[in-house]
Amino acid sequence: MRELVLALNRLLWLAPTLLGLLALTFTISHVIPADPVAFIAGDNASAEQIAALKAKFGVDKPLPVQLWNYVTGVARGDFGVSLYTQRPIADDLVSRLPATLELAFVSILLAAVIGIPLGVLAAVDRNSWLDHVLRVFTVSGLAIAAFWLAILFQLLFAMELGITPLQGRIDGWGPDPVTGFFLIDSAWTGDWEAFRSAAHHMVLPAVTLAFPAMATVMRFTRAGVLDAINSNYVDYQNAMGVPRRVVIWRYVLRNALIGTVTQLGLIFGNLIANAVVVEAVFDWPGLGLYAVNSILRSDYNAIMGFTLVMGAVFIIANLLVDIAHGLIDPREAG
Amino acid sequence: METLRFLLRKLAADRTAALGALLILLLIVVAIAAPMLSTHPQDVTEFNPPGRLQPPSVEHFFGTDRMGSDVYSRLLFGARITIAIAVIAIGVSVLIGIPVGLVAGYYRNWVSDALMRISDIFLAVPQIVLAIAIAQTLGPSIENVILALSATYWPFWARLVYAETRSALNETYVEASIALGASPGRVMLFHVLPNISSSLIVRTTIGMGGTILTAATLGFLGLGPPAPSPEWGRTIAESREFLPEAWWYATAPGLAIFLVVMGFNLFGDGLRDILDPRTRRSADG
Repeated sequence: MRELVLALNRLLWLAPTLLGLLALTFTISHVIPADPVAFIAGDNASAEQIAALKAKFGVDKPLPVQLWNYVTGVARGDFGVSLYTQRPIADDLVSRLPATLELAFVSILLAAVIGIPLGVLAAVDRNSWLDHVLRVFTVSGLAIAAFWLAILFQLLFAMELGITPLQGRIDGWGPDPVTGFFLIDSAWTGDWEAFRSAAHHMVLPAVTLAFPAMATVMRFTRAGVLDAINSNYVDYQNAMGVPRRVVIWRYVLRNALIGTVTQLGLIFGNLIANAVVVEAVFDWPGLGLYAVNSILRSDYNAIMGFTLVMGAVFIIANLLVDIAHGLIDPREAG
Repeated sequence: METLRFLLRKLAADRTAALGALLILLLIVVAIAAPMLSTHPQDVTEFNPPGRLQPPSVEHFFGTDRMGSDVYSRLLFGARITIAIAVIAIGVSVLIGIPVGLVAGYYRNWVSDALMRISDIFLAVPQIVLAIAIAQTLGPSIENVILALSATYWPFWARLVYAETRSALNETYVEASIALGASPGRVMLFHVLPNISSSLIVRTTIGMGGTILTAATLGFLGLGPPAPSPEWGRTIAESREFLPEAWWYATAPGLAIFLVVMGFNLFGDGLRDILDPRTRRSADG
């Protein structure tokens, strides 16, 4: 019951936070630029052209009216029109979201599946050579620039060794869209050729993104296990003769993971932030690549749409993490 | 003086922190002495197209780039940009964030609620995403990178100082000074601030690493200082079309970013163990 109240309370905060985010992107896109239309029209536009553009984008109206139009527009799912593709930005973003989410999910999964066991091993064998090697690994994971790591992987595995594709998401057109996740769609339709190709293309970008996330997962799992290992209930179970392996992997790990789960919001934030540059390097057709292309074309409408969607994804992810945390760790719900 | 000596002794004993300090020192020396240490200082502004894309040699330690300029020399001058961006951006965001956090933490009224709500909205979005939006709107330049980074980083400091101030207000020494009639400004500046300074120093050090990474990312995306700036992120972006042949062109600046960020992270971790024992967990050793 208390968990439910907490979750509802969090949900109630969602609306004001999203509104605040809208106000922020509005400020960036409508207030900061000295003359957004001149910026769009270029240097050679005539006075009439500029006036026509001003009317078209609604920037001839007072700021409060513009803010109202902006907020109501976004509420209807209208993010404006891309200055480059001339398509509605909302459509562009929706068609690219699955690619980014699929990459993010696979990376988080990789980070957890590899990072958690390694974190436990490092804690159990504290100060062993494995612990030291893994420590160097975590420290590097947090210091390396994601775009550089992406380029290094490309250089080594795709260009020199030729064992992975250089870039892209799949060979050919991809499976018939059901969820937009190529791995799921191709498995669903039984198109194993497409599945293999999608998985093959996924390896380098997912490993690049997973690397820093894995470092954080490993670090917090190790710290959590070390904290839990010294607690009374572990002494008790050891005294009862419960095998050490069972104590560690069943009881200690469960408590240790609470700390790791609280970091999931942060990990996810870093991950989608890194996705921008990693998608750019691997030509992965998601939101990040869309944002980078929009930057190159000075398509600032599209960038604001991207900012909003990324913000919304991040806010919702944090909400889910908070709720999950309340469920796993009842102490937090009080 | 005594505390400084204590600090130095502790740091020297911590090998990884000492390595971090060494890397930071190296960055500072390189930035200051770039004209003396570089083998081709004129290559930052002058180009030599016939000698482009040459592999590393005694003449060119890290090879030459697409303009025939010496990658090593440009790297050294790039260190100046990195330091300037990181130091100014962090300085500005700390100078905004600390007063906001102190005021919001000290008073309990609608102003402090409003300040914290605004900070929370900024913190609800990954920093780089907002920084991209701002830098793109303002146009590519060093000043605008600094602006974008400061505008998106101050809420972090406001949050931190707010939380620290709220907990400091429950301490006896603050209650005592309020009871003795100290003004709010006096309590904030002379009682609260000095007591939260060590945790601020630790966060600033680790924040330097993160800010350098974010700045390099903006540079890589073309939102940093425009060509022919030797900024590291931009250099990596330029190198991409010459891979895999010109591997040195992409490798050298990335390695520089990696070492510098690692230096600040290691040093920050070491400082935290010494200065901020509360956050030190039995596990972190």
